[in-house]
Amino acid sequence: MRGLVFRREWITGWLLLLPALVFLFAFTHIPAVTTILNSFFSTPRGRRQAKFIGLDNYERMIGDPVFWKVLWNNLWFALGTIPVSVALAIVMALWVNEKLLGRSFVRMAYFTPTVLPLIAVANIWLFFYTPGFGLFDQITGFLFGWPATNYLGDPDTALNAIIVVTVWKEAGFFMIFYLAALQSIPVNLKEAAQIEGAGRWTIFRRITFPLLMPTTLFVCVNAVINSFRLVDHIFILTDGGPDNASALLLFYIYEVAFRFWETAYGATLTVALLILLSLLAISQFFFFDRKVHYK
Amino acid sequence: MSGLATNLDRFLNVFAAWALALIWVLPLAYAVWTAFHPAAYEARFELFAPLTLENFVKAWDAAPFARYFLNTFILVTMILAGQFILCTLAAYAFARFAFPGRNILFALVLLQLLVMPDILMVENYQTMRLLHLVDTIPAIALPYVASGFGIFLLRQTFMTVPKELDEAARIEGASFLTVLWKVYIPLAKPTYLAYGLVSVSHHWNNFLWPLIVTNSVETRPVTVGLSVFSAIDSGVEWSVINAATLMTSGPLLLAFLLFQRQFVQSFMRAGIK
Repeated sequence: MRGLVFRREWITGWLLLLPALVFLFAFTHIPAVTTILNSFFSTPRGRRQAKFIGLDNYERMIGDPVFWKVLWNNLWFALGTIPVSVALAIVMALWVNEKLLGRSFVRMAYFTPTVLPLIAVANIWLFFYTPGFGLFDQITGFLFGWPATNYLGDPDTALNAIIVVTVWKEAGFFMIFYLAALQSIPVNLKEAAQIEGAGRWTIFRRITFPLLMPTTLFVCVNAVINSFRLVDHIFILTDGGPDNASALLLFYIYEVAFRFWETAYGATLTVALLILLSLLAISQFFFFDRKVHYK
Repeated sequence: MSGLATNLDRFLNVFAAWALALIWVLPLAYAVWTAFHPAAYEARFELFAPLTLENFVKAWDAAPFARYFLNTFILVTMILAGQFILCTLAAYAFARFAFPGRNILFALVLLQLLVMPDILMVENYQTMRLLHLVDTIPAIALPYVASGFGIFLLRQTFMTVPKELDEAARIEGASFLTVLWKVYIPLAKPTYLAYGLVSVSHHWNNFLWPLIVTNSVETRPVTVGLSVFSAIDSGVEWSVINAATLMTSGPLLLAFLLFQRQFVQSFMRAGIK
């Protein structure tokens, strides 16, 4: 009898899971496996079938200067966006958490970029950056007398211009998590410190910031994943140019697979991205799991 | 700390907070300015410049935005409905049923938080071709329907439901689906609201996958439509492009301004879990 009940519970559990698992396997797990398999084959063209070519695609990738370029860009993109947007998010959350004149306006101003589509954001910023004519040049021209500058068209500044847009879009999103964390910090901790004569900076450094650590780790993990995912604005702002100066890995995968239709090489690049993400996941496991406990 | 220093400190904080807020709204304010003024005032700021809606009319006439909106609406509804159903069932299984393979399957679900469908676009496109679904709205929706994030979020919520409630209902003879419907789902309403808002805004804004898998007016969502519209050539006036940009983000922006508190709380709730 007892065995029978258990067996029934098993079947119910599996049946409840089945629909979700079908979709998960069809669009996440199986494609992940076939990506790896296809990276060992050539791209099928017309009637010519894909044939096994071993590590040729990987050799090509290692020798592909554009691959290294976009990987390098991605690293800069991550280094440029993550620390700045996380620091800004903390500052924003601290401000908005206090009694502040016009607090709801300020909070809205910080958070609004989060609800806008990245593609629309790119349009707005494209106009902002327009040489000579855009607001950016008008302000720098008025204040410092700088000449018209083509930030998006110059290989030296294109990626930075994109980093600025990303920080603008992300900081308010991360602020929300900090705001939630700040509200869960007991007030009496802060009051006790104040009675002891601690200044604001000391309170932040010794009490608030350590207590925000789990949030910081959570936000950082999100930010790292986002640095590989957020490429929408590149399509509008620079299209990866000039000379791949602002292309990121996922954008390059798109180009290879859907502009040049080299799907096998696209799969190989995807494998590189998957390996990067798993390395991050493993380090996350060692770094993150001990400090945050999900019940 | 003396009173004067405290006051100065407070003043500087308020000042900096406002300065940053103004910088943050500047791009958007600029877009609003150009969209509501004639093209001649694109870069000239005069307080009494004439207001106009003509840019919106031009944008609306220049591209099939009505159709794009309809497509996005269908897409977002389809994804949300699918996610609610699939994620609820799966989360219920993970939260309250014991069966072999549960932990491994749950780990596989969580894997999707890292390896999102967008990353596998090359293979997913092949799948859609095999299914003859390329250039249809379901093709955009299907990869997102079983969301690892949604399953995780709902599982966490269902686990907070007291077991006694569940058992009491079963003693009265309710089936497990009735218990799910009458006990778990009503108690998880705030989570559904939070997840719904996050999901809708995410898929309203999604661009890369829809760009790949659609290529006609009948299927394109607004984001792809907007990119097509603003990329045609540089002949389109800036003020018109900005009007189109505001139009596409308009419904979401409006919903956000109206339900600001719920939005912020939803994002918080979805993030904490």
